[in-house]
Amino acid sequence: MTLAELRTGERAEITSINTHDPTVLRLMVLGLVEGVSVVQGKSALGGDPLEVHVAGCALSIRREQARCFEIKQ
Amino acid sequence: MADSQPVRIPVNSIKTLPKLAGTIVLVGPPNAGKSTLFNQLTGLRQKTANYPGVTVEKKQGRLRAGNVLLDAIDLPGIYSLSPASLDERIAVDVLLGRQHATQRPDGILAVLDATRIQQGLYLLRQLLDLQLPLVVALTMTDASQRRGLRLDIPALAERLGVPVVPVVATTGENLEQLRSALAEIPHTPTSQRSHSWPALQAAARAVLAKAPPRTSISQVEIERALIDQHSSLAVELAASLGQSAVTELATQSQQLFAAAPALATEARYGHGWARDQLQGLTGDSGFVSTIWNRMLTFAQQPVPAMLLFFVVMFMVFQAVFAWATPLMDGIDYVMSGLGQWVQSLLPAGLVSSLIVDGIIAGVGSVIIFLPQIMILFLFIIMLEDSGYLARSAFLMDRAMRALGMSGQSVIPLVASFACAVPAIMSTRVIATPRERLATILATPFITCSARLPVYALLIGAFVPATPYGGFNLQGMVLFGLYLLGIFGAGITALIVNKLLSRGEHTSFVMSLPDFRVPNIRTVLMQLLDRVRVFLRRAGRVIFVVTVIVWALAYFPRSEPAAIQTASDSSVAETRQNEQAAAQLENSFLGRAGKFVEPVFKPLGWDWKVSSAVIAGFPAREIMVAVLGTIYAVGDQADEQTLAQRLTESTWPDGRTVFTLPMVLGLLVFYALCLQCVATIAVMRRETNGWRWPVIAWVYMTSLGYLSALLIFQLFS
Ligand SMILES: Nc1nc2c(ncn2[C@@H]2O[C@H](COP(=O)(O)OP(=O)(O)OP(=O)(O)O)[C@@H](O)[C@H]2O)c(=O)[nH]1
Ligand SMILES: [Mg+2]
Repeated sequence: MTLAELRTGERAEITSINTHDPTVLRLMVLGLVEGVSVVQGKSALGGDPLEVHVAGCALSIRREQARCFEIKQ
Repeated sequence: MADSQPVRIPVNSIKTLPKLAGTIVLVGPPNAGKSTLFNQLTGLRQKTANYPGVTVEKKQGRLRAGNVLLDAIDLPGIYSLSPASLDERIAVDVLLGRQHATQRPDGILAVLDATRIQQGLYLLRQLLDLQLPLVVALTMTDASQRRGLRLDIPALAERLGVPVVPVVATTGENLEQLRSALAEIPHTPTSQRSHSWPALQAAARAVLAKAPPRTSISQVEIERALIDQHSSLAVELAASLGQSAVTELATQSQQLFAAAPALATEARYGHGWARDQLQGLTGDSGFVSTIWNRMLTFAQQPVPAMLLFFVVMFMVFQAVFAWATPLMDGIDYVMSGLGQWVQSLLPAGLVSSLIVDGIIAGVGSVIIFLPQIMILFLFIIMLEDSGYLARSAFLMDRAMRALGMSGQSVIPLVASFACAVPAIMSTRVIATPRERLATILATPFITCSARLPVYALLIGAFVPATPYGGFNLQGMVLFGLYLLGIFGAGITALIVNKLLSRGEHTSFVMSLPDFRVPNIRTVLMQLLDRVRVFLRRAGRVIFVVTVIVWALAYFPRSEPAAIQTASDSSVAETRQNEQAAAQLENSFLGRAGKFVEPVFKPLGWDWKVSSAVIAGFPAREIMVAVLGTIYAVGDQADEQTLAQRLTESTWPDGRTVFTLPMVLGLLVFYALCLQCVATIAVMRRETNGWRWPVIAWVYMTSLGYLSALLIFQLFS
């Protein structure tokens, strides 16, 4: 399961990351690394981008990159 | 400015004369409150707002700490020492002492947001690596308290080995404690690197060992190059490192980061470190749920947020006409009273005409729009400081992507409702070059505040104020012109995208701030600042142009034929008016205007309008001032407003000049044309050359001309 499939209000833990997308590296710097727990917020109209809460801060992330984060609930 | 220059400080405020003891830089993640704190410490007024990426260049100031003075530099926000965009690169370059004209800092004031402390600590670990004296200011402590977050600050300071001072940057709470911590900076020995990443340090040392002796390159710079081998820093270093060191760098990097990209490895290491530092020190005493909080949460959701945005925007356009009118009437009353008072004091002639027809009619006709501009600015400032702007960037990302931009572009585009110049600068935060260029070229289409006087004058004079279903028709026309600007911006971005796209990777990553009630102090301070800028423009550029135009319109003087003392005063007045008009036609301006008139005649403009538009090419609102002056010189009846004079303006054969098609064409011309020297200059600077500003000017000017031509010819 990836971050893109997490529903609004649900919590999950990041288990592994596909780092081939350069934007994913940026998201990792912002705190989306293995082992952290994330909460899905409301997405924008049309379901893209998503709002993800991690360590007290809300990040906007596109669906395309969200697919690079494997999660477990 | 030389560092050794004495600074004037009230003598009684301090006992011994403070001396300059070094330079500190304010560094921290975007939107942490750096500029707010900088303003509090230095007494300056840098722009602050509730979205990441407000500050995009370094700003200097000076602050008092204990009994020393420190130079302070406010920097753009960064998440790490590996910059992803131009503004971040500026910050990192200053920090590493790589910015020419800025000396390497002597100390760091790390500004970290207490509500996002882990993100802050991630950066802090890298900052500690720089081996400079460092003080941490923990901002937003009020917000973190409201959220029910707990943090053991003394214990954290102990673990980090640096002072940590909790403050509230907006109110200035605990600032004195911060100042005394800063006062220690000149006496602090450089920190030991107890928090570094040992493997990375070893690799960097191995590279330095192969570098030419006595190199000025620091170990931290090598470390950054190891982490991001393709960064501009790495490329610049390679030039001065020498072949063997560059080879060593590649080998070391390969060894360290064989399994995963270096940035990913660093991110894992750094966030692990940050979590360890916070272990056992944080807690959550439960979210404080108030009605207000719940309302804010509701308003942040996509659909309510969109609806709210459009309702508020529509109200603003109504307000621009409805609420501003009494204030404008007030200013108008004062202006015309002033004019009559001057006329009663001075004998009719040169001086009186310069003051009344030149300065008061010219500059005054622009100043009168101050209330409308203030309403607009108030709206923009509230949008920025509430966090709404960042939220709309998130909501609009998808739509913007279709146009070849990203959600990030929303921020410059909204900023250009005030002025395109800072807006173009704020595109520095856009990481993808093509998206940045598309945004830069789209920005000047957005209706800036300098267009507002032109719109308001023409709409006020020629569009009836009839209410349609409760809405004012004038407000609706204005709204339509704003939409036209947005449309032009969108189409332009789309064209740039179609022409230049090479399928490169685009991205949109942004940290979204919470909604917040705008800070009254911030709002008022920024509003006053904008008012000051507006008045300064009116007092300098517009004043100078107006005086020149007045002189061109007043000279050469032909001897007025003695006016017969007619018993009928209205006959005398008509004769006086005819004389003034003939005088104007023969002036330098009249002759020049007649010369260019053929170019604009197909648009329905007479020589007066054409001259005003040409004079307005350096800055749009000059056009209003020049119209004010031209019509005042050519008219003796001084109690008339500019709008009345425009309505009565005729061609020599008696047809009215300002017909509806002509006015609509003129409005559309202003909506589409690039008449702003400042915008052209900033475009040149931000795109490093004349190519894009020239293209933009030609493109926009032809677009404006052709549209006005089309409208006039079709509807006349
Ligand atoms: N409640 C609260 N708000 C604060 C505090 N400090 C700053 N703010 C607000 O936070 C927002 C961001 O402040 P800025 O000073 O612009 O932040 P910055 O770090 O300079 O941001 P960039 O220039 O984008 O990197 C503004 O709306 C401030 O009013 C604080 O201590 N408490
Ligand atoms: Mg700032």
